[in-house]
Parts: sequence; structure tokens; C-alpha cells
Amino acid sequence: MADRSFRPETLAIHAGQIPDATTGARALPIYQTTSFVFDSADHAASLFNLQTFGNVYSRLSNPTVAVLEERVAALEGGRAALASASGMAAEAMALLTLLEQGDHVVAAGALYGGSVSMLAVNLAKLGIETTFVDGASIDAFAAAMRPRTRAVFAESLGNPSLQVLDIAAVAEVAHAHGVPLVVDNTVPSPFLCNPIRFGADIVVHSATKYLGGHGTTLAGVMVESGRFPWDNGKFPGMTEPSKGYHGVKFFETFGDFGFTMRARMETLRVYGAALAPTSAWQVLQGIETLPLRMERHCTNALAVARFLAAHPRVGWVNYPGLPEHPDHALVARQMRAVGGTPGASGLLAFGVQGGLAAGVRFIEAAQLMSHLANIGDTRTLVIHPASTTHRQLDPAQQDAAGVAQDMVRISVGLEHIDDILWDIDQALAASAA
Amino acid sequence: MADDIPTLRRILRSARTLAVVGLSAEWHRPSFFAAKYMQEHGYRIIPVNPRYPEILGERCHASLETIEEPVDIVDVFRKTEDVLPIARQAIAIGAKCLWQQIGVKNLEAARLAADAGLDVVMDRCVKIEHARLFGGLHWAGVNTGVVSARRGH
Repeated sequence: MADRSFRPETLAIHAGQIPDATTGARALPIYQTTSFVFDSADHAASLFNLQTFGNVYSRLSNPTVAVLEERVAALEGGRAALASASGMAAEAMALLTLLEQGDHVVAAGALYGGSVSMLAVNLAKLGIETTFVDGASIDAFAAAMRPRTRAVFAESLGNPSLQVLDIAAVAEVAHAHGVPLVVDNTVPSPFLCNPIRFGADIVVHSATKYLGGHGTTLAGVMVESGRFPWDNGKFPGMTEPSKGYHGVKFFETFGDFGFTMRARMETLRVYGAALAPTSAWQVLQGIETLPLRMERHCTNALAVARFLAAHPRVGWVNYPGLPEHPDHALVARQMRAVGGTPGASGLLAFGVQGGLAAGVRFIEAAQLMSHLANIGDTRTLVIHPASTTHRQLDPAQQDAAGVAQDMVRISVGLEHIDDILWDIDQALAASAA
Repeated sequence: MADDIPTLRRILRSARTLAVVGLSAEWHRPSFFAAKYMQEHGYRIIPVNPRYPEILGERCHASLETIEEPVDIVDVFRKTEDVLPIARQAIAIGAKCLWQQIGVKNLEAARLAADAGLDVVMDRCVKIEHARLFGGLHWAGVNTGVVSARRGH
């Protein structure tokens, strides 16, 4: 008899946590401890040699953090996961484990700014070069591949471009070159999209956003599919004795979770971007209601998009959940349906009539929408990228980043839709000079 | 083929003695990792490998047939094409389970053992399954598939 395959709503509450063996506590205890005792010298040696699984020090693993790791792995349909201090840390753990000096990355162009910096500046400092391509062009990904390419990186749903990645097509390009596809799945969250189903090999999340959902806590998670053939000759770090950890051969020893073990023991252990147990606990409080929240984010965002599309003060609306959006068919294929239509998450962008000055006036007139740089909060958040996050770029660079002068981005929250629409409407009225 | 959590739990709970065929004495080899782990979790390990006199403090046997005590699981760390005679020996010595490790997938051997009434596990690691079902693997952030409202062990 096959094991029951539990649904995401159930996994969001249960995966990774059964009642505590010692106390019977039903809710997750916070193991606020740096270190764990050894039973004996031999036990200590076995733990350090990875012959026995167990906790040593919370920079490597912690029982509260492990629940977050397993829960996100389960929600993504992955084999194993590694949590870290932020979404950027999760991305760094994945890429620093994958890549070494002389390697090359092919990345979608319109990425989150922090990811662009990591690839174009920080990894370049280590001798790892990135070619940025048009994320909508499968041919561009293929044309950019080189003999030393070791990863393809893209976002399942771009922020703030709202471009939807054709995951299966890009995975095919990556796999034809024997390299993994790494997907940032922050904006859809694992409830709306599971990139591994479509061929992604590694998924990264800023758990700070929808996973936590409350806007209180920084966290990141990297998930491994368990399907990538690390013994294809391109990843000696996975198959040869580890210089960073006692000569362990990670792929041979740990098989389909070897990459996660290597990221934990070689990268997280050394760079120290560990997640605090209290932060893992807070994010897990959020994940329990992720499915409910994502449904409301989707229905609210669709209602906002329709309202904006019909508004005389609005020049254009970019929301992949609208049937007229160029990527709508991809959304329908890759993302969960919510209320009978494809769930496109809570992010949208639109143009205010009157350009940059009108955009600024709109933001300044907002009363309920919070003006800040985060996304994926319970609260509706709003930002005018041309005057804030992308201010340092000239108009041509802003254009390349998908940031128009009149563009306003809204992360639609969970307030009552009538109140959200009221605030948008009054701010649009105020945006007229 | 045992492929579900209750069956794998039953096999690992009821077994006490593992004959590990192809066990290496090199500490960094997967077979050594697995056997040492199982030994530390209370299982008796009987190494089967003609190349060594002793591994993990236990006398090595050249083959399953010279083992004089009851064997519960025959745990196979050998190439897929070498498993069939090991399956025949496992049946002959009255073992209760033929367990082929990750990457070892001899269907003929599995069928033979199953027809003789043995539990059959294929392409899985005893250590990983033990850790998955009894708590340890969860430590490593692995998706164990275990969902339960019952207290852990």
C-alpha cells in the first residue's frame, strides 16, 4: 500500500513536526540553545564524521530550524532543504555551494536587485561570471551557455517585472548542458507554484515574504529536488572527497540529499548565515496559514488589477492573473488555480497617468497602503521604484530593469478589498496635478 | 516490494541482525557509514566481505553461508549484476529480508526473494530509512514524508 500523499494545506500545518518525543508538546518548541551534548567521545566522533545524524551546534542544525526546513521541502515537493538567515543568504548558500572560481552563470535579466548585485558584483569578485539574458527568450538562455556554465538562475515570477518564467523550457536548456536550474520562487510561494514539478533542481525562497507573511522576520530557505545527476562529471565537489569536510563524498554518501548536506556542512557551517530558532518558529507560525493567505492575496490582487484596468487615471496594468497578460497561459500552466482562475500571487504594477511626478503624488496620498520596500506582507504595500529602489539608475537602465517612470508596484495585502480599492481610488484622484 | 512507511517501519523494528554484504572497512565509504549507524542504533552487524578479517569489531565472513546465527536482513552493497547469487544465499540461510541499497536494483533477485517469502526492499539505504522513520533524518532538513499526530519515538 502506498503512503498517503498529503495535500499542501495539511503539509503547511504538519510536515516536519510531530508531537515532541519527550514532553508531548503539540506545538513546536523553540530550542534556544547554541550547542548539544555528546553522549560519549565515540558519539561525538560519529556526529562529526556524519555517521550518526544529530545536532552538534546551531550554526549547522537546530531542531526548531529543522522543522522549517522539512516543511518547506515538503511544500515544494523537494527532497531536502536548508534554512538560512535571509532570502539572500539562501541564494548565497545555493550558489556558493554550486560554483567555484572560473565558473559561469546564465541568469534571467529582470531579477530582484539584490540577486543582480550578488551575481554581477559579489560572485564576480570571486571569479564567477554571469551572463544576463532576456528571461522570456529560451533561445537567449541556450545561446549564453558556455563550457564552464554551472548554473542557470531565474525567478518563477519576476519582481517587479512580473515576468513569468517558462520553467520546463529553461530547465530543458540547463539539463541539455548538464547544469542545474536554480529558481527563486519567493513571489508565488510554494502554495501557488512548485518549480521542481516543472524541472527546477534547486529552489530558493525569501521566507521573509509570503511564507512568514507577517512582515516581522527575516529568513531564507534553499530546497533541493533530489533529481539532479551530480555525477555527470561537471560537479567534482559533489563526487570527490570534500576538502571542506573530512574527505566525505557527498553525492555517494547522501545520494539525493547530498547537495543539501554539502551546502550545510561546507557552506553554511563556514559562512555562518544560520537562521535563529526563534525566527524559524515565527516563520512557521506564518506557514500554517499560507494556503489561506495566498488564496486571499490572489483574489484581492485580481480585484485590484481589474479596478485599475478600468480606471481613467491608470495608463496600464501589469498583473499576470489578468487574461490579457502576455504570460497568462504560463500562469495557468504553472500555478495553482484560485477561485477558478490561475492564482498569480499578490504583486502587481501599474502606470499612473502623468509619469514620475504623478507616481510620487499617488504614493504620498496613500492612507492605508504602507510605503515601504518589502513584499508579501498581510498589509498592502506600495512603492514607486523610479523614485526609490531604482532611483540610482538612469532612465535607460530603469527601462532595462523593467522599471517605467510612471510605474507603481503594489503588494496587495489581506485587508478588506473595499478598503484597499477605496485607498487606491482616493490616491489616484490625488495624483492628478 | 516494501515501499511504504508502515512496512519499512515493521521490517526495521522487528530486525535485530543485519548481514552487510560488501561492507567496506574504509571509514568514509557509504557502507561503513550505514553499518556503523545501524550498530549504534542497537543492531547486530555481521560483515560479509572476503577482503577483511574484521570490521566494526565484528568477525568478517567470506559469504553469507558461513554465518552460524539467524540473520534478519541481508543488506546488499554490491553491483546490481552481482545480487542474484546473494539472494539465493539469503533464502538458503533463512533471512527474513533482502535489502538492496541505493542504486542496487536487481529485479530478478527481488522477485526470487519475494517468492520465497522474504520482505524485499530495493534502491533504498537502511540508514536513511531508519533515520527517516525514527527521527534522525529530519535533523538534516530532509522531507521524510512522515505526518503524524502521535508522539515521536
